[in-house]
Amino acid sequence: MSSDTAPILSVNGVVKRFVLRRTLGDRLARRPGLTQTAVDHVSFELAHGEILGLAGGSGSGKTTLARMLIRLVEPDEGRIIFRGSDVRDAGGRDLREVRRQMQMVFQDPYSSLNPRMRVGAAILEAGRVHHQPGAENGTSFVERILDLVRLPASAAQRRPQELSGGQRQRVAIARALAVGPEVLIADEAVSALDVSIQTQLLNLFLDLRDELGLSIIFVAHQLSVIAEVADRVAIMHEGRIVEIGSTVDVFHHPTHDYTRALLAAHPHPRPPAPTGGVA
Amino acid sequence: MNDLSVRFRTEDGVVRAVDGISFAVAPGRTLGIVGESGSGKSLTCRSVIRMLPPEGAMSANQIVFDGHDVLAMDRAALRAHRARSVGMIFQDPFSCLDPTKRVGEQIAETLRVNAGLDRAAAKSQALTLLEDVGIASPDRRYLSYPHELSGGMRQRVMIAIAVATKPKLLIADEATTALDVTTQAQILSLIQRLRREIGMSVLLVSHDFGVIAQVCDRVAVMYGGYVVEFGPVEDICTRPQHPYTRALLDSIPSLESAGQRVRRAGIPGQPPSLGEVTTGCPFVDRCTYASDPCRTMEMVMLEVGRGHTSACPVTVGNRS
Repeated sequence: MSSDTAPILSVNGVVKRFVLRRTLGDRLARRPGLTQTAVDHVSFELAHGEILGLAGGSGSGKTTLARMLIRLVEPDEGRIIFRGSDVRDAGGRDLREVRRQMQMVFQDPYSSLNPRMRVGAAILEAGRVHHQPGAENGTSFVERILDLVRLPASAAQRRPQELSGGQRQRVAIARALAVGPEVLIADEAVSALDVSIQTQLLNLFLDLRDELGLSIIFVAHQLSVIAEVADRVAIMHEGRIVEIGSTVDVFHHPTHDYTRALLAAHPHPRPPAPTGGVA
Repeated sequence: MNDLSVRFRTEDGVVRAVDGISFAVAPGRTLGIVGESGSGKSLTCRSVIRMLPPEGAMSANQIVFDGHDVLAMDRAALRAHRARSVGMIFQDPFSCLDPTKRVGEQIAETLRVNAGLDRAAAKSQALTLLEDVGIASPDRRYLSYPHELSGGMRQRVMIAIAVATKPKLLIADEATTALDVTTQAQILSLIQRLRREIGMSVLLVSHDFGVIAQVCDRVAVMYGGYVVEFGPVEDICTRPQHPYTRALLDSIPSLESAGQRVRRAGIPGQPPSLGEVTTGCPFVDRCTYASDPCRTMEMVMLEVGRGHTSACPVTVGNRS
């Protein structure tokens, strides 16, 4: 992680307002109507090879923010500088390229994978659409990608519903990796999984960062999950980042009241230290 | 309430979902059931009121609730038992509330039907309940529809309905799973307060060991349809005996390890799916202590401490 070089992604003063109600009178007077500010002047940077955790309660704007980075939601204000140019100015081919380089992984792989497509075909399709090297040679490409997410080559023949939740999420990640991204945006990607499976996935994200040098934005409501994967963490509350800093600082020396409240409410088994003894 | 003991077997065709579970909840105490998806924890708590999906069949030696044999009840008695003695809350309050009715009326309806109050008394009691569960301006909220409330408020309304008849047992099945941590903490302390005030017992089902540890006296750890370890919460958290419990506790991410880049070992492999036919210990394929006898052993709870039992013969006496 070279912190002295330019960040891969730099977000500056991004705002998103959702219109709740806009009457005819508002339209005639060109007023915005009743709006709710979901993301309110948010700025942060993501370094190469960094894992940035984005935490906050429901409705804090973390998902909206994550989606704006690849313009699944259009920002109203602000700049999103990815590799030197503003994502908001990108159109057509450029936007597709931005979305190739910044891939999203969602909470529910069941709804993001085509249930009728075998795993191998889904991976191959993603790779071919974006002209990835090696994608013309189907089987070895698929095997290489599956290997990245620690799935056996035999998984290529399976359909999503034949897989367990954890395996399905690995496939969703594999599909994201198939297009050769530089940034992964994981939106609650491990939240629906059982703890024993969650651990495996967290380790996978750490491996991917180490092996591929990926930068990762890791959105989660579960603070302890972020505590274990993130290098830095941003705490969101009511559309703003109320605290951002190294994971150690934010979790051990929180400065904002909301961060303290979140940490205090976090349930953990009474002896928090791991008990050891299991390989 | 007398001790409640359950021992049953559910069969879905030839499929075994839950096997040989026995436990007891004393009055005013809190028992937690913790386990991963498919471990059978929800089926276990539902069978306490014989509320299983139609294709599920249960058998048990005995389910005694407050001196009454639940297994011997006919439909009417069972209905009355469910209505008056047991309150239940689920993960998703939205699907349990009637979207077309004001929430206050739903609480009042419960009181009219199950406690025989007249309209006026039911309404004033419902307002008191809304206040009890910590809803601000109950007069206004009485008239709200479920979709107008936040998730935390809906869960409070569900709790109000569940405790309306002052049940002796509250069953909370993943009741706080969908909520924010701050809301979750509020709901958990609300349950604790009501437990003390009404003197009810609580059966709390969760996949989250942290939640269980915070509110329960005793905990049953379930895996693959079996209880693999049972005992006082402190004991189990500090001296877990069963390899599954140990591995589970080790897998839980913690705030204390922030920034230390610990990589947890986790548990390799997949949990058995519900109803997968297994013999011997269900954890055998993922267990580091496993040996051949584990594949054929019978699941028997062995005493490992005071009121603390574990189903693993290998780790007994091998205190880590």
